Amino acid sequence: MDTVFEIRWHGRGGQGAKTAALLFGDAAVSTGKYIQAFPEYGPERMGAPVQSFNRISSSPIRIHSAIENPDVVVVLDFTLAEQVDITKGLDPEKGILLVNTPLTPEEVKKKLGFKGKVYTVAASKIAIETIGRNIPNTPMIGALTKVTGIIKLDELIEDTRKKLEVKFRNRPEVIEGNIEAIKKAYNEVKGE
Amino acid sequence: MKGTGRRVAKTANEAFAEAMRQIDPDVVAAYPITPATEIVQIFSQFVADGLVKTEFVAVESEHSAMSACIGASISGARAMTGTSSQGLALMWEMLYIAAALRLPIIMAVVNRALSAPINIHCDHSDTLGARDSGWIQIYSENVQETYDNVIQAVRIAEHPDVRLPVMVTTDGFILSHCLETIEMLTDEEVKEFIGEPPVRENLLKSLEENKPITIGALDLQDYYFEHKRQEAEAMKNALKVIPEIGKEFGEKFGRSYGFFEEYKLEDATVGIVVMGSTAGTGKDVVDELRKEGKKVGLLKIRVFRPFPFEEISKALSHLQVVGVMDRADGVNSYSGPVFPEICACLYDLEKRPKIVDFIYGLGGRDIRKEDIAGIFDGLLKIAETGKKEFNLKYIGVRE
Repeated sequence: MDTVFEIRWHGRGGQGAKTAALLFGDAAVSTGKYIQAFPEYGPERMGAPVQSFNRISSSPIRIHSAIENPDVVVVLDFTLAEQVDITKGLDPEKGILLVNTPLTPEEVKKKLGFKGKVYTVAASKIAIETIGRNIPNTPMIGALTKVTGIIKLDELIEDTRKKLEVKFRNRPEVIEGNIEAIKKAYNEVKGE
Repeated sequence: MKGTGRRVAKTANEAFAEAMRQIDPDVVAAYPITPATEIVQIFSQFVADGLVKTEFVAVESEHSAMSACIGASISGARAMTGTSSQGLALMWEMLYIAAALRLPIIMAVVNRALSAPINIHCDHSDTLGARDSGWIQIYSENVQETYDNVIQAVRIAEHPDVRLPVMVTTDGFILSHCLETIEMLTDEEVKEFIGEPPVRENLLKSLEENKPITIGALDLQDYYFEHKRQEAEAMKNALKVIPEIGKEFGEKFGRSYGFFEEYKLEDATVGIVVMGSTAGTGKDVVDELRKEGKKVGLLKIRVFRPFPFEEISKALSHLQVVGVMDRADGVNSYSGPVFPEICACLYDLEKRPKIVDFIYGLGGRDIRKEDIAGIFDGLLKIAETGKKEFNLKYIGVRE
C-alpha cells in the first residue's frame, strides 16, 4: 500500500471548490495516478462555507472514509478563516496551507498562529485579470501544482484545455484566460 | 490486463450512466431522486444527443418508473431504471411483480438512508429492506465495481435459467459523487459481452397466431405456489450463473468476480463481514493490523441475493470470531439485517465461530479506520478470552 496524498479544499458556494477538486483529480488521472475527488454535501448555498477533497496515489485507493488529516489545505477565500477552522487536522509541522490572498505567507502565519508551511498567491486578482471574474479555482490549481509537484504544469495545462474545450467550444477567450491564470499562479505562488 | 481498458475518472453515477449508454437499453423509465438523479440526468443527455436508441420515459413517480419498466420488459424490451431510498420504497409493490413475472429489468440503486428523519446520505436500509422481493442484489465496493457489476447484471438477469431482475447498488455520495480512477470497456466490448436480449417466444407466437395472452393473471390456491416455487428455483439457478459470468468477465477484461471477496481471510483467526465501500477501508485496516502481527481478515459480500449460504459458511468456518458490519438497523431489538443471515449459515458447522454484530454508518455517518480497528480489537479480545460480552454494538454513535 503506497502513501495516499490527501488534500482539503475550502471555499464558498459558487467559488468552484468542488470543480477545483474534480479538475485537479482528473488531471492527475491523465498522468497515470489513482485518485478520488469528492465534495462534502450539505446545505449548498452561494457564499456558504463548503469543502471538497482529493486523494492521490500511485496505486489504487481503497479507503472511503472522510479526510481528517490532510497533507495540504487549499483555501479559496481567506475570509473563511474567521468562520471555519481551516488548519483543522493539518500537521502543525509538516502540513501545508495554500491560501488565496494578497498577504505574504509570513502575514498569514501570524494571523492564524500556524507553524507549518504556508504558501500564498493572489488568485482572485489573477482570476479577474485573466478570466475577467473572481473565480479563483483554476489559478489555485496552478499554485497547488507548483506546491505539491504531484503533477507537472504542462500536463495540467493540457488536461484543463481538453476539459474546457468541451464546455467552452465557442468561447476560446475563456479557455485561454483559464490557462493563463494557471500559469500565472504557478509562477507567482510564494511560500515559507 | 486484458481488454482495451481506458483509464478515466468517473463518479459512480457517471459510471452507471456510461454503462447504460454502452448497454443501450430499449427503454429507460425513471424519476429523479438524490443522490441517484445524475444517473438519469446524464443518460437523458445521451438520449437527447442521439448516442443511444433508447426510448426514455420521464414518469411522474418511481412507482410508475417500475411499472413502465415492467410493461416494457413484458413486451421483450431491455429495460433499465435508477433510483434511491424513498424512490425504491415507492416502487415496493412493483418490485415483487417484476421479479415474480420473471422480468430481467436492471436497476441502478444508489444506497441512501430511509426517512425519517429525512437524510440524503448513505446506508443500506433501502436495498436491504428489499431483500425478499425476488430481485438479485449486487453491492459495489468502488466505482470500478459499480461499472463492472451493471454490465454483468444484464447477462445475469437475461440468462434463460434465471430471468430475474437485478439491482446493482453503490454507496450514496461516498461513491455516487466520488470521482475515482476506473477502466472502462469499449462500446464494442460491452455490446459483444451482453449480446442481444432474449426473444420472448411466447409473445411472438401469440402475435403470429393472433392468440392474445394474459400476463400476471389471477393465480389462486391452484397455481400461485407453483409459480412462486419456480421463482425460488430461478434465484437458486442464479447461484450457478453469477460466478460463471463473473469468471467470463475476468477472462475477457482482467477483473474476475465471485459472490464475495476474501481478503487475508485464509489464515485469519477473526474476520469481519462487510458490504459496499467500507470494504475498501476495511482492507487498509487489515493490512495495518497484519503489520502488528494480528491475524485479521475480511469477507466482502458482493452478491447478497441470492445469498451464497454454503460458500459463505465455508469461507468463515475456520474463524474463531466473526464480526458482521451492518449498515442498516433491523430495528428488531437484536441486530441489523445481514447478521441473522451469517448466523444461519454458520449454525450447522461442527465447530462454529462466535459471532457479533456491529451497526454503523447510518445516514452517512463516517466510518473511520480507527473504528474498524476497534472492531477487530473487540473480536480479538473475544477470541482470546472465549467470552462474548455483547451481541450487538453500535459504532460511531453518541449515546
